[in-house]
Amino acid sequence: MSRIGVFVCHCGENIARTVDCAAVADALREHPGVVRAEDYKYMCSDPGQQLVKKAIEEDGLTGVVVCACSPHMHETTFRRAAAQAGLNPFVVEMANIREHCSWIHDDRERATAKAIDIGRTIVEKVKQDRPLETIRIPVTKRALVIGGGIAGIQAALDIADGGHEVVLVEKEASIGGHMSQLSETFPTLDCSQCILTPRMVEAYQHPRITLHTWSEIEKVDGYIGNFTVTIRKKARSVDENLCNGCGDCQAACPSRKVASEFDAGLGKRTAISTPFPQAVPNIPVLDRANCTLFKGRAKGLAKDACGKCKEACLKGAIDYDTEDTFVTEEVGAIVVATGFQLYDIGREQPAGLKGYGEYGYGEVPDVIDGLQFERLASASGPTGGEILRPSDGAVPRTVVFVKCVGSRDPEKGMSYCSKICCMYTAKHTMLYKHKVHDGRAVVFYMDIRAAGKGYDEFSRRAIEEDGAEYVRGRVSRIFRDGDVVKVWGYDTLSGRQVVIDADMVVLATAVRPQPGIAELAQKLSVSYDQDGFLNEAHPKLRPVETNTAGVYLAGACQAPRDIPESVAMASATAAKVLGLFSADELERDPSVALVNERTCSGCFHCERVCPYGAVEHRDVCDMEGHVCGHVAWVNPGVCQGCGTCVAVCPSKSVELAGFTDSQVYAEINALAGW
Amino acid sequence: MTLAYYPGCSMHGTSREYEESLLAVAAALGLDFAEIDDWSCCGASSAHAADHLLGVALPARNLALAEAQGADRVLAPCAACYNRLSGAAHAVAEEPGLAARVRDVLERPFANTVKVLSIVELLRGLAPAIEERVAARLEPDPLAHLSVATYWGCLLVRPPLATGFDDAEQPTGMDEVVAACGARPVRWNMAVECCGGAFSIARTSSVLRLSRAIIDDARRCGADAIVAACPLCHANLDFRQSAMSMKGAPPMPVLYITQLVGLALGLPLDLLGFDRHFVDTQPLLARLADDARRAAAGAAEREAARAAKAAARAQAGAAAATAAGGGGERTAPAGAVP
Repeated sequence: MSRIGVFVCHCGENIARTVDCAAVADALREHPGVVRAEDYKYMCSDPGQQLVKKAIEEDGLTGVVVCACSPHMHETTFRRAAAQAGLNPFVVEMANIREHCSWIHDDRERATAKAIDIGRTIVEKVKQDRPLETIRIPVTKRALVIGGGIAGIQAALDIADGGHEVVLVEKEASIGGHMSQLSETFPTLDCSQCILTPRMVEAYQHPRITLHTWSEIEKVDGYIGNFTVTIRKKARSVDENLCNGCGDCQAACPSRKVASEFDAGLGKRTAISTPFPQAVPNIPVLDRANCTLFKGRAKGLAKDACGKCKEACLKGAIDYDTEDTFVTEEVGAIVVATGFQLYDIGREQPAGLKGYGEYGYGEVPDVIDGLQFERLASASGPTGGEILRPSDGAVPRTVVFVKCVGSRDPEKGMSYCSKICCMYTAKHTMLYKHKVHDGRAVVFYMDIRAAGKGYDEFSRRAIEEDGAEYVRGRVSRIFRDGDVVKVWGYDTLSGRQVVIDADMVVLATAVRPQPGIAELAQKLSVSYDQDGFLNEAHPKLRPVETNTAGVYLAGACQAPRDIPESVAMASATAAKVLGLFSADELERDPSVALVNERTCSGCFHCERVCPYGAVEHRDVCDMEGHVCGHVAWVNPGVCQGCGTCVAVCPSKSVELAGFTDSQVYAEINALAGW
Repeated sequence: MTLAYYPGCSMHGTSREYEESLLAVAAALGLDFAEIDDWSCCGASSAHAADHLLGVALPARNLALAEAQGADRVLAPCAACYNRLSGAAHAVAEEPGLAARVRDVLERPFANTVKVLSIVELLRGLAPAIEERVAARLEPDPLAHLSVATYWGCLLVRPPLATGFDDAEQPTGMDEVVAACGARPVRWNMAVECCGGAFSIARTSSVLRLSRAIIDDARRCGADAIVAACPLCHANLDFRQSAMSMKGAPPMPVLYITQLVGLALGLPLDLLGFDRHFVDTQPLLARLADDARRAAAGAAEREAARAAKAAARAQAGAAAATAAGGGGERTAPAGAVP
């Protein structure tokens, strides 16, 4: 016989304004099976919870219904209180009379009647609630970090320093990411590589960090605490164990005119190369698309057209016949730190993007993007740190910087602010003026967004001390006119058109997620927004978690981020991972699907619709132990309790604990007044 | 699908060559349209600046007439007319209450069902037919060596919500038509920049400055001519060119897109109105004719050479076959090539 307690919350005025809470309590007190019903101003307060606990103890309640807010808000609060009073927490449920009733109605009488109905449905459901036990699953205390930029390096180091093993996967030949390409960093103007390379070396030498460079994530199986990850190690053609990084192969390589990705296309590299001198690991990769030997093989030449690098290698580390290999790693948590790319705004665009053909990027050589300017200003760059324009190598006397190219432009580009451009453009003007003293730096801007410690002071310094000219307005067109690059713009403060004969133009193009982010997100079952950035579980309160338990986000894969934020996020993910690894077992909500093996026909519709891959095949054996069929089995560690399998099962053999069909019918019957 | 034709004032007045070439091309492509009976002014640049309702009601009257005529599309070759007509249709569709007010003013039914077509939209749809006709011509394409800058001006693709048939900053429709004609569209910078528009009389110096920038860029990017689809743009670029200081550069012919299509289709020149331009089009046409003649001669020469070579190869092959007893497949052609 059910003995149910109903507790109606006023939520201050939130509920009581439109719902007569005392009337709700009175009505539900008369409902069959209800032994106590009370109302109180703030049920979630400590005295409110005491009320619940006291009722459980005094009346020996078998179930509790709290008529208050959404279960997302306070279900945990009341379940915990019930558990303290000795009641199984899974017979405690919320009847949502706030979001579903008081907030959306204004007729007090009808809202009260509806609140009573909502209360009744949940009372009927709770009558059929069975005590459930929390699921416990083991945890593999190793972490995977995807992406070896500053965020990935920081997360890996923090987790490894916390005492656990880390697998760090980087798709390029070296870790370091975009930060290794930067010349100086805002707002301190310290050398980017000088502060980054020690962390790169530390990560490489850390005894608990396993590094896979030139590698990508092929497949992710499993669930929190128990992921199985397949990593594709792309064919490097260089044996990582034999190579000592002497560089003889690069010196011998005859293909010397390959556009360097590290120099953002401004410099040249050899076909076999390390991206930059401080690369970690200092082991080259043979770029087969640009290698004379492989181009010859692709053409079907009988004899290899080259082989100079192999001849030059004294260690015998070069092998032209290596293929992609696969490594499987067992991990308990995954940190995604895949970073960003800059919007390539040229005339040719993939579907869904418009680009900014009117800015001449990709057509006029002296129109470059922010990353290319970083390489021009960098001592390790193609010009050795001298600011020389790409077309003729001359020192540009007038440089125009255009901000918000593709950002904050819902018509043509991205609607969001790329966040880092205001600061790096201020930095660019300073770097330029420090090297070309009589040069003119003109910045077209919409707003100067310099929120951050020391940020506004930094951008003011660019204007006041270094003499950058800031013009508030947009640029309509950039084109080449003989020797100069014409910039047509508009000064919205003076209301005049501005035409500048520039020697070079630097576009602060929008920050976008890495290509392939959607595929990775699908492998990880992580959602992403319309721009491709990965979604956090809650924008304010769970900023580094995702909706897939055990997968965390660091850095610019989640939104445009600068270095301090990326590092802070990375350390936050490490704290989450270390917290997860602090116990030997994980506790999971037991509201998962259960298959009735006796009625399951083994059609596996459930397997096809399960968004989490939780359904597995189980053998069914006869009396002699011979396998005579297969049925579905739901892995409770993976199941998220969404109920999709319940809906598609043709023989009604799956039920969701705490949401059984009979409970749902009971709720409907309560509404129908039967 | 009935197409109505709204000429506006310019097609019958200042840009008669535009209408002449349009009618010639339409006849050649089997395009049938009827001029809207009793059409009136679209309001041009004046009405909408004076009063919003007037600016909508004037073009709406013509749309209502087209509707009454049973048309479901109306062609407005003049870019300004197109802009006013499509702008009015968009405003009536979007602004609540405006349709009723416009009907009130017009004192006639108006359901706003007619789609307004620009000349570019129409010709872009016909591009496959044009291409087919050009390919089917017996003589070589006279436009094969012609590079043109396609000039849109400001009215055809702006505002994007009211026009919307092409990208506002990098439209491609005219290039597609030019390519279908066999000519080469150049990549240039001024396709959607302002020519000065209606300030041609009030502030001539501004128009000279703006239009000169357009002509300079077309020349810099290697265009032999500019192709336009707007009578006002054409007037500014063509008529005002003599007043611009061009530093000794040769004049830049400015053609209507319909004239280019007419050339590609091989229509008689006197139907296309080339004699009505201020910048003489004769040198360009002469060059094109010359190119075509040379191309024809070259083609004939190549054909003759090919035939001679084939004959020689056949002969050598036959000789080798008899020498090697049929086993000389590899050596025979190699020996015959020199």
